[in-house]
Amino acid sequence: MKRQLILEDGTFFVGEAFGSTEQTVGEVVFNTGMTGYQEILSDPSYCGQIVTMTYPLIGNYGINRDDFESIEPSIHGLIVKEMCDVPSNWRSERTLDAYFKEKNIPGLAGIDTRKLTRIIRQYGTLKGMICDMDVDVTEAVAYLRKTELPHDQVKRVSTKSAYPSPGRGHRVVLIDFGMKHGILRELNKRNCDVIVLPYNATAQEVLRLHPDGVMLSNGPGDPKDVPEAIEMIQGIVGRVPLFGICLGHQLFALACGADTEKMKFGHRGSNHPVKHIATGKVAITSQNHGYTVTIESLRNTRLEMTHVALNDGTIEGLRHLDFPAFTVQYHPEASPGPEDANDLFDEFMAMIEQFKKEGEVVHA
Amino acid sequence: MPKRQDIETILVIGSGPIVIGQAAEFDYAGTQACLALKEEGYKVILVNSNPATIMTDTEIADKVYMEPLTLEFVSRIIRKERPDAILPTLGGQTGLNLAVELAKAGVLDECGVEILGTKLEAIEQAEDRELFRALMNELGEPVPESEIIHSLEEAVSFVEKIGYPVIVRPAFTLGGTGGGICTNEEELVEIVSSGLKMSPVHQCLLEKSIAGYKEIEYEVMRDSKDNAIVVCNMENIDPVGIHTGDSIVVAPSQTLSDREYQLLRNASLRIIRALGIEGGCNVQLALDPHSFHYYVIEVNPRVSRSSALASKATGYPIAKLAAKIAVGLTLDEMINPVTGKTYACFEPALDYVVTKIPRFPFDKFESANRHLGTQMKATGEVMAVGRTLEESLLKAVRSLETNLYHLDIKGDVTDEVIEKRIRKAGDERLFYIAEALRRGVSIEQIHEWSKIDRFFLTKIDRIVQYEAVVREHVGDIDVLRKAKQLGFSDVAIARCWNMSERDVYAMRKQAGIVPVYKMVDTCAAEFESETPYYYSTYEEENESVVTPRESVVVLGSGPIRIGQGIEFDYATVHSVWAIKEAGYEAIIINNNPETVSTDFSISDKLYFEPLTIEDVMHVIDLEQPIGVIVQFGGQTAINLAAELAARGVRILGTSLEDLDRAENRDKFERTLAQLGIPQPKGKTAFSVQEAVCIAEEIGYPVLVRPSYVLGGRAMEIVYKEEELLHYMEHAVQVNPQHPVLIDRYLIGKEIEVDAISDGEDVFIPGIMEHIERAGVHSGDSIAVYPPQTLTEDIKQKIVEYTVKLARGLRIVGLLNIQFVMYKNEVYVLEVNPRSSRTVPFLSKITDVPMANIATKVILGATLNELGYSTGLQPESEGVYVKAPVFSFAKLRNVDISLGPEMKSTGEVIGKDQTFEKALYKGLVASGIHIRPHGAVLLTVADKDKEEAVELARRFYEIGYQLLATNGTAETLRAANIPVTVVNKIHSESPNILDIIRQGKAQVVINTLTKGKQPESDGFRIRREAVENGIPCLTSLDTAKAMLFVIESMTFSTTAMSEKKVYV
Repeated sequence: MKRQLILEDGTFFVGEAFGSTEQTVGEVVFNTGMTGYQEILSDPSYCGQIVTMTYPLIGNYGINRDDFESIEPSIHGLIVKEMCDVPSNWRSERTLDAYFKEKNIPGLAGIDTRKLTRIIRQYGTLKGMICDMDVDVTEAVAYLRKTELPHDQVKRVSTKSAYPSPGRGHRVVLIDFGMKHGILRELNKRNCDVIVLPYNATAQEVLRLHPDGVMLSNGPGDPKDVPEAIEMIQGIVGRVPLFGICLGHQLFALACGADTEKMKFGHRGSNHPVKHIATGKVAITSQNHGYTVTIESLRNTRLEMTHVALNDGTIEGLRHLDFPAFTVQYHPEASPGPEDANDLFDEFMAMIEQFKKEGEVVHA
Repeated sequence: MPKRQDIETILVIGSGPIVIGQAAEFDYAGTQACLALKEEGYKVILVNSNPATIMTDTEIADKVYMEPLTLEFVSRIIRKERPDAILPTLGGQTGLNLAVELAKAGVLDECGVEILGTKLEAIEQAEDRELFRALMNELGEPVPESEIIHSLEEAVSFVEKIGYPVIVRPAFTLGGTGGGICTNEEELVEIVSSGLKMSPVHQCLLEKSIAGYKEIEYEVMRDSKDNAIVVCNMENIDPVGIHTGDSIVVAPSQTLSDREYQLLRNASLRIIRALGIEGGCNVQLALDPHSFHYYVIEVNPRVSRSSALASKATGYPIAKLAAKIAVGLTLDEMINPVTGKTYACFEPALDYVVTKIPRFPFDKFESANRHLGTQMKATGEVMAVGRTLEESLLKAVRSLETNLYHLDIKGDVTDEVIEKRIRKAGDERLFYIAEALRRGVSIEQIHEWSKIDRFFLTKIDRIVQYEAVVREHVGDIDVLRKAKQLGFSDVAIARCWNMSERDVYAMRKQAGIVPVYKMVDTCAAEFESETPYYYSTYEEENESVVTPRESVVVLGSGPIRIGQGIEFDYATVHSVWAIKEAGYEAIIINNNPETVSTDFSISDKLYFEPLTIEDVMHVIDLEQPIGVIVQFGGQTAINLAAELAARGVRILGTSLEDLDRAENRDKFERTLAQLGIPQPKGKTAFSVQEAVCIAEEIGYPVLVRPSYVLGGRAMEIVYKEEELLHYMEHAVQVNPQHPVLIDRYLIGKEIEVDAISDGEDVFIPGIMEHIERAGVHSGDSIAVYPPQTLTEDIKQKIVEYTVKLARGLRIVGLLNIQFVMYKNEVYVLEVNPRSSRTVPFLSKITDVPMANIATKVILGATLNELGYSTGLQPESEGVYVKAPVFSFAKLRNVDISLGPEMKSTGEVIGKDQTFEKALYKGLVASGIHIRPHGAVLLTVADKDKEEAVELARRFYEIGYQLLATNGTAETLRAANIPVTVVNKIHSESPNILDIIRQGKAQVVINTLTKGKQPESDGFRIRREAVENGIPCLTSLDTAKAMLFVIESMTFSTTAMSEKKVYV
């Protein structure tokens, strides 16, 4: 069935529908990863967004049981050049189309995704709508221009209630702003005794669990839409070792007095080089963010930039100068993407141990 | 990290002649590397024996040595030049091996030369089987289990450990004879027992069989700061078991989930880090299609064919950056030259599908074994880019220039044959698969036969299924659009619709179904790029902006194949440079990923496209160039000229009509007659009877060939009527549509000339004399410059004829003429109105930039304006020899005897002050070991016996022992030459084959009895020699040349200056 994608700048594309035939609106972004569509479409950070994959053949290895990054996908739509209807991989259980139908997510195939990507590159991310052919483009554009993007994505994707993922190691409280399973997986791998809390947990609630460390997860949207989290972070910085990823990184920066801003089209893909300033070494990282902490705003804070994006010089990592806390803008848990930065979780463990040791010294 | 200041001079080793497995990719890599090092301010010294390369141009390096790539010669260069460092990782296996040799011989230590890029230890770790296994075990990287066994018991206990299937490889048998795959104990007992018997040392290697695994490659780079990245990963459509050079490969991988991708990425990066490589590296892995289990198959600690492919597939210039890394720069401080904005330390994102298909020489070598396995057989490859896999695949198919425009097979085949061809991979498997699908065989069935992933089979099936749709919807515009998106060629559609290809083209244009061009930018459009590197696809947005500058399109030469090698790429590149110098925008269309011409930094615009009329016209329709240059792209480009002209495109240089006058036999004959230039007598026969009459009339021996080109069936020299009848019966089908050409075969000296003409003036940079008499293809002959035996009169005659021909044929640009001198008269054999194989050789030794001048003449300059005038340029000092190089060891069942059909894959140069020294270098560089003493084994045909006597005597006089088969021995004895008789093939041991196998002869001289019968004794003798690495000379002229060199070595002090007559 033919359907269309209409953008707020008036451009429209006609393609072949897959998945559900709902009408959907969202911020249209592109991801340059050549593999990992299953992780991407189930990454809660894409809540409210319509993602276009720049790699033209999507769905080749189907959808499997294991590679989801959340239980329920919150992506608003997926746009591809070609959707594979006969996937081939030993783990594949069904097609992308079947999965999207089941989850009631619309998809659009057969459009010039490179043209779309170039529009986003020039214009910045923009609002778009996947709809039936009878929708009038002018009306749709007017509607899109009027429509404000949502502010409650974190609330939508965060867990409603706390739950444990027990282990025998360090106790880590993981704040779920739209957490990818990969983060939990990395903590579990390190035998952590994880307790996942919803995004609006207070500092008291966190500290009451006597964590050895707190992990701030990734999540969708503008960090300024989650003031309660900023407040919580302010209440725990310095009292417990802290590690933040992506939205968690931005919230931490805001909590420490820095500022964030929206980027033109963000970083989304599996090939982003990030330089560790202290050693000069570069890691290829998985990224998915549309906001960034501004460099100027660090001036009056006790934050130090530890990592920088090689290509555009934006902040990729921060550390607190006084307290055991560090955060990164990218995804050390990968899934999808390179695992070059995986050792950050080990650093977090080391920080927890160090903090414990120092604590013992103080008490002794 | 800043670049190193402690080194100034760097020696770069090239890869030498083109052979199967080592082709133009190293010219591309080496050229990039030399330029990159110069750019950084280093003094670059280059050594390479291959004159047909861009890298050996004097502008590419500060000093260029065209010397044999042997320890002997390279040591001399090192001692003389005293470089601070040596960069061996850009010269293929040759460069790497040479570096190891130099290090082991102590030359590097002695001269204080450091190895850059990959350290000696790493080279050894990657190359040595045991060291490699040890390293992999240390890293915890799995390698297929294997063990050397000496008995059946050992074999059984190995299999008990690792399970079936296992591969058995008997030690020291050629080409794996006696080996095989065992899937049960019965087979194990049988194959191991026979394998042990066949192995001279009674041992076999048993290896776990991973046939059927997915074969995945990663191209990785690392710098001195330990930053490591993946430039590209690639998936072989053919599963493990076929050499990756012979496999159809797609990039990026298609059937790997992110977890699998990262699993193999991690392994590849661990390996490059463990080896400590500073530069590029290729890791080949095998992935179980049913689990996460994988094996590391092989690591190449250097740039390779795959890295050239990865560079073209992504735009990321691996060799250039590898060279800079070698001198200390790091990835994070170098700009990605494609975007010009981002850094080189990232991993390219593709937003298209790349397909590589190898080009095989089986059209030339009909008798060759076409099965594909672990020994590479392809001579070249093509690459195509598309936005769907189907488009990419079909574009690659029509880029091959095998006269296929779709997934078709030639001729009728039975279902049984199809199954056989799919089960056992050969070069045409892709086409058999399509045919099987067409006949209703299921994807599942084909998967079972071939183990090719269902994903790819489904794509092929989609193409096949759509053929039926096209056929059922004649003239349907929507179907047409969809077919184009699936990559269908106009030719294929035209056939379905019973229309002409041009009608389909016109219909499409009218309906607005034309391709757009998208950029290869390394970053999937994330960053703005200015790289003018494009491919076509049927989508919405066109990114190729036509500039207001006047442009010229140059057609490249497509894949490297026998007869059309790197020489044509050399000329293409020079033409592009000349166009730019002349102030035009230079646009190139080509599809060979190995070459310099497809480096996007060479031209103003690069279109990576098939060289078919449809694809070329699309570019021309968009760009509206002032014209097209077809002279430099070999026969590929010339063949397109007529169709281009018919569509109103201006062919620059020699006009189509004049091209035709040179190529069309009748018109050519008339022209020669008008000009009063003699040619060997010849006539066209339309029936067998006629052929016999004509041969009778002009006299034997005659040269026969079909007038039409039909893959591989070509010329032969026949000496008597029964041979002619045999030829007419077996080699060709003569009828009024397909006549046969019969020419008098003049047994004389062959002479070759390249010239540039502007229509008035005709400038001849030089004359080359061939060592082998006419009848051996000019590409397979040893050519000498300046001529050593021609009189001034003959040279004058050649100049006169050349000038007359160039003017008479109204050549504007290049021409190549082959002459034969017979009884002191010069005859014209053929005229090629285009750049030839000898243009780079001659350009280099005469210092005349022929392709450059020709291009400027083509663009309207006169030779006079460019400072050249009619006539022969005074001869350069020194003597230069061009010697052919063959790849016979890699092609089983191919007869190595030289004849009118070209067989060589590459060439080398030998240059020195005297002829014998130059010849020595040429032969050594071509891989022939010249020994001052030893034994020569002679078996010659009756017609050659007389000549052989003189040759034998000279061998005897310098102390060579003579061995001969009965017939030849009798002749020698009769001439009082002592000779040892050797038993014929079928007689008892030790017979002639044993002598060869046991290395008891250092040279074999064998001349062809008659015809090409692979069963003949001569054939077996020649193959045995090739497979044992013993020079086998099939032309007495080559033998004489070699003898001449040995003689000059043997009588060194006096004989060196004494020039001997060698004919």
